Amino acid sequence: MSKIIEGLRYSDSHEWVKVDGDIATVGITDYAQHALGDIVYVDMPEVGDEVTAEEDFGAVESVKAASDLISPVSGEVVEINEELEDEPGLLNKDAFANWIIKVRLSDVAEVENLLDAAAYAKVCEE
Amino acid sequence: MSYKFIPHTEEDIKLMLEKIGVNSIDDLYGDIPREVIFTKEYDIPSSMSEIELRKHFQELADKNKSLTVFAGRGVYDHYCPSVVNHLLQRSEFYTAYTPYQPEISQGTLQYIFEYQSLISELNGMEATNASMYDGATATAEVAFMMVASARKKNRVLISDTISENVLRVVKTYCHFHGVDLTVIPEKDGVTDLDAIVKELESGDVAGVIVPTPNKYGIIEDFTGFADAIHAKKALFAINADPSALAVIKTPAEWGADVACGDGQTLGMPMNFGGPYLGYISCTKALLRKMPGRVVGATKDADGKRCFVLTLQAREQHIRREKATSNICSNQSLMALYATIYLALMGKEGMREVNVLSADGAHYLYNRLIESGKFQPVYNKPFLKEFVVKTDLDIDKINQRLLDKGIMGGISLGNGMVEFAVTEKRTKEEIDNLITLMLED
Amino acid sequence: MKYYDKLIFELSRPGRKGYELPADKFNTDGLAAIPQNLLREEKAELPEVSELDVVRHYTNLSNKNFGVDTGFYPLGSCTMKYNPKINEELCVMPEFTSLHPLQNPDTAQGALELYYNLQHALASLAGLAEFTLNPYAGAHGELTGLMIMRSYHDARGDKKRKKVIVPNSAHGTNPASAMVAGLEVVEVKSKPNGSIDVEDLKPLLNDEIAGIMMTNPNTLGMFETEIIEIAKLVHDAGGLLYYDGANFNPLLGKVRPGDMGFDIMHINLHKTFSTPHGGGGPGSGPVGVAAHLTQFLPNPHVKKAENGKFYVDFGKESLGSISTFFGNFGVMMRAYAYILSLGKENIRNVGPMATLNANYIKESLKDDYLLPIPGVCKHEFVFDGLKDKSTGVTTLNVAKRLLDYGFHAPTIYFPLLFHESMMIEPTETESLETLDEFIEVMHKVAKEARETPEDVVNAPLTTPVRKLDETNAAKNPILNYKALKENA
Repeated sequence: MSKIIEGLRYSDSHEWVKVDGDIATVGITDYAQHALGDIVYVDMPEVGDEVTAEEDFGAVESVKAASDLISPVSGEVVEINEELEDEPGLLNKDAFANWIIKVRLSDVAEVENLLDAAAYAKVCEE
Repeated sequence: MSYKFIPHTEEDIKLMLEKIGVNSIDDLYGDIPREVIFTKEYDIPSSMSEIELRKHFQELADKNKSLTVFAGRGVYDHYCPSVVNHLLQRSEFYTAYTPYQPEISQGTLQYIFEYQSLISELNGMEATNASMYDGATATAEVAFMMVASARKKNRVLISDTISENVLRVVKTYCHFHGVDLTVIPEKDGVTDLDAIVKELESGDVAGVIVPTPNKYGIIEDFTGFADAIHAKKALFAINADPSALAVIKTPAEWGADVACGDGQTLGMPMNFGGPYLGYISCTKALLRKMPGRVVGATKDADGKRCFVLTLQAREQHIRREKATSNICSNQSLMALYATIYLALMGKEGMREVNVLSADGAHYLYNRLIESGKFQPVYNKPFLKEFVVKTDLDIDKINQRLLDKGIMGGISLGNGMVEFAVTEKRTKEEIDNLITLMLED
Repeated sequence: MKYYDKLIFELSRPGRKGYELPADKFNTDGLAAIPQNLLREEKAELPEVSELDVVRHYTNLSNKNFGVDTGFYPLGSCTMKYNPKINEELCVMPEFTSLHPLQNPDTAQGALELYYNLQHALASLAGLAEFTLNPYAGAHGELTGLMIMRSYHDARGDKKRKKVIVPNSAHGTNPASAMVAGLEVVEVKSKPNGSIDVEDLKPLLNDEIAGIMMTNPNTLGMFETEIIEIAKLVHDAGGLLYYDGANFNPLLGKVRPGDMGFDIMHINLHKTFSTPHGGGGPGSGPVGVAAHLTQFLPNPHVKKAENGKFYVDFGKESLGSISTFFGNFGVMMRAYAYILSLGKENIRNVGPMATLNANYIKESLKDDYLLPIPGVCKHEFVFDGLKDKSTGVTTLNVAKRLLDYGFHAPTIYFPLLFHESMMIEPTETESLETLDEFIEVMHKVAKEARETPEDVVNAPLTTPVRKLDETNAAKNPILNYKALKENA
């Protein structure tokens, strides 16, 4: 059973979002890292890039699989987790402690469309 | 029923059909609509024994003419040591598939690793892939790679001094893929940096591709290119003859992000156009945008050093329509060819090949100019290939040479003719060529 | 043979050499005429080894490889048939290998005739009008075929057609080739047996569809029995049908793609026509088209004039060029020799015997391995792993255990329709005895899985190297000797 944290918002493509003012922190869920196996590379956007909800902003790769990162929110990338460049395996260690990007939201209300922990748990069960 | 490549006896077939539980071979095709079963005769010859096949091939061979070659245009008559073909005929190499089962493919994986190492030594780049189809498709894939890494830019600049055989392919690929390709007109036989700088101003250029030696054999001077291109956040790629890179300034030394080209010059037979190989090399930063197979070093469960296909998550069998390329093979055996060739020639031999070729080419060039019948065109440095112009009837001369078993220079129109000389051409052959050309 | 693990660079000794070149008699210093800033600063660090060093080194490497000549290679969808030796001898005849691709066609008539004859033979075997031999590989053929598809619609002014239908069971190259050709992929669903779901196809067909890419038999080795209806539906909607020739082998001698309604196809000469896989290439992916598409074939194209002379044509309506010259000519020579060896008589048995072999293995092993799709297959079939799922032994384990027993593994985890896919393709060149040995070993592995599963899970145990750390290879890529030394 994968870990799900209460209080975060989720997408059905297995990203999590934590909102603080107009800044959203985005990562992949424990379920996603588990499904991928050993993560060997995280393809991230650059600071200053625009991301759009439901469009991909990068990818995570394991030895024999790759998965697009689908942005749950829209806005401008203000920070990327550079630690993942050298140590992509951090996502396997703790997917919730190791975020991928931080986004300045262009529309804070957009977050309301995302799933809560209970709804996301159901997605994982399917 | 049995044939030398199809071992089934009547008895085998009967036994096997019984096991399967059908009555006849036709029953195995019972699910196929009758109207598409082919019952007529194929329009191909009847079975030939080896004796007949050899005769047929010899008859075809006799209709070809092996020539003493003084032409290039991307394909050069370099010498290939005898050892290479002997080793290439080891069937453990040529009857193997792509090394998907690394435990029983260390032979293939290691020579690809050595190939990648050798090509990187020649061009100075940090990473080289396991090879592409040919130099032209490799260059087209470099254009795609540039657009893929730039994400939002869709324009690539390419110098008109690149071989037209390469340019044709790049144009086709870009047309269908939707890459906006701008051909930068040449200036005095070389790439026009001012024109590139002007195009870069628009800010929509993902990368710039230039050649060396170029289609006239000129060794281009890329001073200032890397800075101008990088200033506009575009990528800089050089298409270079890997053999020549043993002596001329390397893509890495010019500050290129990507290098590409055709491996034919590494001693591969001209073979009427193929197989050769294409190479792509790049900086570490671009590694994951590079198409094609890549072999990396690792360890096995016992801690032994070994090699494996790696970075596969970029590839088509995993990423499907999101892959950066559709390539799912390499010219593996030709990579082995290049590897053995480079191992034999080594550090000194690769230099010597270039020295001999350059000395022969300059000797021919000087003699042609001295004759007064040929004039310089560009007055730019060259290695083994060069262009001169003449008022003589070059087609007539070439026909005369052909009758003597010589492939002369290639006519470029307007009296321009291009010659290439490799280490295989002797002084006597060159003297003979000149005598025959000036006969009138 | 003792374990050998040197790299060629590690044999290098300064001053040693493996070549001799003629003395330089030109009395001309070519490099001196080149400005210093255009020359490289230091010599490339290439190995310095003797000729015997090189011969032993690569002979030792070859001993660590497994090829078709080593043993049975039931790799599904790869058609690892025997590579006839006469082909290898003919393709290195100096009268062909010494030809410059730009030499006067009058002096290369033999090569052009061979080229033309092969184009013609493939057209007859495929039921199509004309072939180009320029594409270098199957994927390259797919790309070329899709470019032809687009050229056809463009020439008709039908510019809206930018989508291509691909079954979700297709080889990964299909969608990737479509992407490269600038086409958008529309997926059509497969029925449980892997066949295209015609009811799902119908609503996808409209005036934006350029065509459909199909493999028949499909990637599960099953014939698409509704092909005639599919062809009609696609043609009626204005689209073209592309045939992925990866699975052409079972049809050779029996069914021609052109007769099924396909307009364009590629053939993998390295599969169906016995040319060696070469450890990944060079292959060759000739593309054939129906009569209404010949003008779009890529340049250059080899043609025969009325006077019987062969010539090189650059067509105006052609899609353009996709190769520097004529493709992998050396590979074509082998395929041509193969076709002439078999001749029109023996070639008829290729598909049927390949199909017989596959069905024989399938029926012999279905008690131990899970057969998800019953019934007659063509040249290959798929097991969904071991039948007994309680042992915990996976398809990967079985594959690795086969290596210990001297067989190459089947294709594993493809197609994606099943979790434990194991795709087996024996080809027609294998004898009943070889198939029986393989069947026996597969039964033995199934038995081990039940009784001593650790032997299977820990496999391979007897190969030159054992399980490799692929994760670290991908995390910290070491791609050349220089990087290896720096990481030591």
